[in-house]
Formats: sequence, structure tokens, C-alpha cells
Amino acid sequence: MDKKEERALAQRIVAEIVRLMADRAQPVRFMEVCGTHTVSIFRAGLRQILPESVELVSGPGCPVCVTPDDYMDKAIAYAKREDCIIATFGDMLKVPGTSSSLGEAQAEGADIRIVYSPLDSLKIAVENPDKKVVFLAVGFETTAPTAAAAVLAAQAQGLENFYVLSAHKLVSPALRMLLADPQVRVDGFILPGHVSVVTGTDVFAFLPREFHMPGVVTGFEPLQILRSIYRLARQVAEDKPRIENEYGSVVRREGNPAARSVLDRVYETVDACWRGIGRIPASGLQVKQAYRRFDIEAVLPLELPAQEKKTACRCGEVLRGIINPRECPLFGKACVPTHAVGPCMVSVEGVCAAWYKYGGGRFIYGK
Amino acid sequence: MENERITLAHGAGGKLSQELIEQVILPAFGNPLLNELHDGATVNMGGRVAFTTDSYVVKPLFFAGGNIGKLAVCGTVNDLAMTGAVPRYLSMGLILEEGFPFAELRQIVHTMKLAADEAGVYIVTGDTKVVGKGAADGIFINTAGIGDVIPGTHISPKRVEAGMDVILSGYIGDHAATIMAGRHGLELPASIQSDCAPLAGLTQAMLRAAPGIAVLRDPTRGGIAATLNEIAEQSHTGILLDEESIPVHPEVRGVCDILGFDPLYLANEGKLLAFTAPQDTAAVLAAMHAHRYGQDACVIGRVTAEARGQVGLQTSIGGIRVVDMPLGNLVPRIC
Amino acid sequence: MCLAVPAKVIAIRDNLGTVELSGVHREVSLMLLPETVVGDYVLVHAGFAMQIVDEKEAEETNALLREMNGEGRTVL
Repeated sequence: MDKKEERALAQRIVAEIVRLMADRAQPVRFMEVCGTHTVSIFRAGLRQILPESVELVSGPGCPVCVTPDDYMDKAIAYAKREDCIIATFGDMLKVPGTSSSLGEAQAEGADIRIVYSPLDSLKIAVENPDKKVVFLAVGFETTAPTAAAAVLAAQAQGLENFYVLSAHKLVSPALRMLLADPQVRVDGFILPGHVSVVTGTDVFAFLPREFHMPGVVTGFEPLQILRSIYRLARQVAEDKPRIENEYGSVVRREGNPAARSVLDRVYETVDACWRGIGRIPASGLQVKQAYRRFDIEAVLPLELPAQEKKTACRCGEVLRGIINPRECPLFGKACVPTHAVGPCMVSVEGVCAAWYKYGGGRFIYGK
Repeated sequence: MENERITLAHGAGGKLSQELIEQVILPAFGNPLLNELHDGATVNMGGRVAFTTDSYVVKPLFFAGGNIGKLAVCGTVNDLAMTGAVPRYLSMGLILEEGFPFAELRQIVHTMKLAADEAGVYIVTGDTKVVGKGAADGIFINTAGIGDVIPGTHISPKRVEAGMDVILSGYIGDHAATIMAGRHGLELPASIQSDCAPLAGLTQAMLRAAPGIAVLRDPTRGGIAATLNEIAEQSHTGILLDEESIPVHPEVRGVCDILGFDPLYLANEGKLLAFTAPQDTAAVLAAMHAHRYGQDACVIGRVTAEARGQVGLQTSIGGIRVVDMPLGNLVPRIC
Repeated sequence: MCLAVPAKVIAIRDNLGTVELSGVHREVSLMLLPETVVGDYVLVHAGFAMQIVDEKEAEETNALLREMNGEGRTVL
């Protein structure tokens, strides 16, 4: 399909969405819960070609954004130790902790390496046998198996100086929590494509079953996202919620069992704190007892004073789609990507950063 | 001497300093002005003089398509060329880390000589300092340069007006993609390497075709996104780009897809952007196509009276998104 | 979250594969997708092959078009 056909098809899908949503009293709200979707939607200018009857809201889909202050404080504390090297995805560098960030620790001399893969941190461990290499294991179900695999690989190689600091999160418990929140108004979910590659589609079956909530798993091309919005609109119009899969090229009903089994060998679920949202039962992953020697917190426990940071940042409401970033008093003023107050402004995938970078909402060039 | 390394004594101004100059610097750059070895060079210039400086601290020092020395010459030559000048003379300041291998220094200096020859400039004065181990990262280079401004040209963002065309000289992102691929375990085919090149010949050909070109800029750090934002701001105009017309090699796009980058933000070292009145565009493009560094030149957008100070991009599915200023360093993202 | 790209597996040695995407090569781990064979297109995330890509994209678009034309649903 060439670009012209793509554009024509996009227009046709939009026309169908307009038709399906024509007689709604108020706009339908579809929430994406994947930061890569957030970015794709902005990059493609999707909001501008959608009718007013469809509102896209962003949920807690950026793992960096939902990582709490105290995790960053721990990471920074390890980074500042002479005997530690931090290996991390680039996204984490600027995330604020209570009073500092990894980037600032790096400027003060901490050894922090940016990696593309958790396996790259194993290489760093091999090259630096006298240092403890701590991989910052963040991410949802897609990324967690890669960190688990790195632990298994470290064990197989007999590496004794590789560790993880885990803050992995699970998507479906967060959706459940959102739906239980009376402030959150959502009419359907654009479900995360790459999380579903691992989990499969059945983990989302509770949405229509328990909450009468439509959901469509989709990929990241603008057309794929548009197709999923069309499908959500149709489910809403027909009032027949179900889970549909618009990303069948890589998402199978059963997911990736090998990845899940690696995950289950190393990690177990635990209650976890989501920044701005709070504690969500069984929504995080911790290293199992058998692999504790790879868990930096077990090997080198930290005594960090409990700190509380008080700001006017409304990330919590932004992450739940209750307000849009512009409604936060700090947005674009005290909180900008170069001086972020909240994490949503830090990560490229963060809702606030995307709004700031791409002009926000229904931004029309020139207006 | 090939296994030798730079010592602090090479920067101490004594016999070893002299040897460094006589055995490495002069054999590479020797020319009547430099050979004087005076405290400074004296040169004759025509009318208006363009003057610029830049420092180079790239890592790795050697990469596919060039090294820090080539960057140091091309970067300053290009900065002069973008002012509408014919680059003439460069200075070179070397800051060497104790222990830096002589063989690598020779290689860097040799590349600088080749680049200077291609650009038609002479290195006429310089300085060498050596700092202790750990106080620099191998080698840092500063170059400054002067050139004769071509009479009748007037390069200034203030001359940018709505309706002008935005011309790009070729494929973007090759330099940054080459560097980032090396850092993150990606292998690129030999056809993709840093685009590092002196553009003075190209700009002179363009200005001969159309002396009225409003702006010439080389989109280095921050990529075309940063450069176009600066121009939009300085000229108080909007710039609207057409995504599909911006040339990006598939391999560079591949690196971007894997590491989570946007090609618009990738640094270039041998590309330029030009703003031309529509009636000049065809002549400028023809002149560019005839030059080795402008063969893939094309119009990528136009200047608008709307959205002053902003850069917009028409996306493939028909939306427009804002292309903003980049923030800090590019780091690969997984999330 | 979760940037991932499809790439073609061009070589396999033990549980490491070499993948190619638009001429770019990288080594990826096959630990999470042991069934991979040379020639497969796989989805790559953080240096790991995560799933075999089944070329359904065109199919999905066509199914959607048929549905918009009033025919029954064909994609899961």
C-alpha cells in the first residue's frame, strides 16, 4: 500500500468512525495504556483527523512515568556507591527522585551506562569484575521477560556481579484499578500491542466480562491505531463489548509461553506502588527467593530515610486520564522537559512530554 | 616512533614539543604561512571577512567515514561556507591526553590535511597542549577559520519570507546513525557512513546560481529539527515540511526504529539546508545536483506566514505534527 | 511502552540470532523464542526476539475494508 492509498484508507476509516459516533450526546473517551501508542498518536497527528465525537485519553502506559520516587532514590543511592555501575535504558536518566536524578548523579561522577538490551549489562559486568553492575529493571510484561532472561543468562555464565533493581509493573491490574475509580471515565481501551505479545489476549477478557468495557489490542502504525479506534467505536455503537485483536501478526491468544515461563522462573507478583496512583494489588514483580542473589536490594540493602516531596504536580490525575496535562498548573511553566517536576514530562513516552512536544491535544499547526 | 605515546613533555614547549611539530604537524600541513612558525600568521583578505570557531570532542574518535580530525576541518569550513564565504585559513588547537598514541595522532592529522585540501583551505597557525591522563578523552580539537564573504550575497534568517522553499542537500542522519550504531551493537553496511564533508564548493556553486539565497545552514547537532526551529524563530515565520519528501536511507530509519530515534533529530556533518525564493529554486537545485555533495538535493517544505516560530510536519496519513527543538542528548529508549 | 520492531533472522548460533532490519544487523537473544528458525521475521524488543511475525497486516486491512462494506467479521 503506498502513502496515497494509506491516506485515502485513513480518511475512509475516519468517515466510518464519524458515522458510528454521529448521534452520541457526548464524546466517547478511548484510553490508550501504552506510551508507544501515545507517541504514535501524536507523531501521526491522529487527534486532528478524528472527529470531535472521539476523545483520546492517555492512561498509565509509560513504565518510566509510573516508577515511584523511592525507586529512583534507591537507584541514585546505588549509583553513588563507588562499587556500583548502573546499567539502564536511556529513558530513566532524567526521571526525578525525591531530590535528584540519575543524570545529576552521573554529572557528579556516578558510573551510569545506557544500554539497549539487558544483556548489554552482562557484558559490562564481565568487563568490570570488581564492580557490582545493577540493571534498572523497569518495564511492563514485554520488558520483564528480557530482564528475567538476563538473570538466567548471568546464572548460566556464573556471573557474580550482575544484579537487578526491579520495578516491573503489570498492565491488567492497573486497568482494573482504573475502572474501580469513579473519577475515571473511559468507554474503551486501546490495548498495548507489545505487552499482549507476551501475555496473550485472554488477560483482558475481564474487561468486557466484568466491566462491560470494549478493548482492542493493536499495533503502532497510524493505520493500525485508527483501525482499533474504528473497532472500539463499533463496539460502543452496537453496545457489544468484547476483546478484539487488530495485531494478529504478532499477538496470539496464548501470547508467548516461553517468555512467560522465563518470567515466572525469576519473578513473582507483588503489590506495587505506582507513581501518582498508589498501591495496586499484585501489580508488580519481585525477584523470587531462588534468585535473590541477583536482587541488589537483597544483597546490598539500603537504609533510605522516608522522604516526601510536595509539589503541585498532578501526574496522578494525568496518568488516570482524569485531567489532561494542560489542566495541571505546572504544565509548560514550572514543569517543562528540560526541568521536569513530574515523570510524565520526562519520558519521551510520558503524556505531558508528548503534549508539550507535539503541541498537545487537538493542536492545529498555525493556531 | 610508531609505538610511542604522547607525554606531558610534548606539551612543555621544549625539545619534544619541537619534535612533535617537526615530525607530525609540519609534514602534514606544511605551507609557507605555517612554516614561518611565528606566534601568529599574517594573511591578506579581500573585503568582508567571515570568522568562526568550533571545538570537537567526539567519541569514538574514529568512525566509518571519518575521524575527529575530518570533523574539525569540515565543521569549521562548513560554518564559514554557510555565511556565504569562501573559506581561506584555519587555525588548529590540539589538546592531547597524556598517553595518546602517536600513530593515531598522525592518522588524524593526515585526514585533516586531506579535508583541508579538498576544501581549499590552509592551516596556518596552531597550538598543542598536553594534559594529564584522565584530564581529556584522548584528543580534543579546536579549529577557527576565516573566509572571504562572496560579494553580493547576504545570508540572514531575517531575509526568510513566507512562500520561500526549503531545500535539503541530501539524505539525513547518516553521521549520527553511524555513531549510535557503533555504540549500541548495531552493524551497518559499508554504504552507510558518516556524511562528514566540506561543503564550501557546494555553497559557492549554489550562490553562483542564485546570489539571493536567504539562508544556508548545516544541520549538525540536533539535526534538521533544531536548525529549522532556530530559523523559524529568528525569521518569525512558520516552516511546514512534507514528511515523505525528506530523504532518509532505509538503514538509518532502521537504526532509528530499533533505538527509538527520530531521523529529524540526528546530526549531519555534510548536509545543508537552503531557503530560496521560489523563482530561484530550480536554478539552485540544478547547481546542487551537479555537485557531488548535492546530488540528492530536494525541496522538503516551504515557509508559511502562519505558525510563526514553529516547524510543522505533514504526516503520511494527513495530520500535521509540531517538530520541536530537541532536548539534550539522544539516548536509546526502550519504553 | 515497549518499542519493538520486526526483523529477519539471517543466522542462528546456539541461542543467539543475527537479525536484519533495512540492512542493519544486530545480535539478538532467542531465549524467549526458542522455536525461531533462519528466515523467520521476528519482533525484536530490548535485544530479544519476542514473537514470530505472521504477515497478517494486509489481511487485517482487507478484513476491515470488507467489514466496512457490510461483510462479516473475519479477523479474531
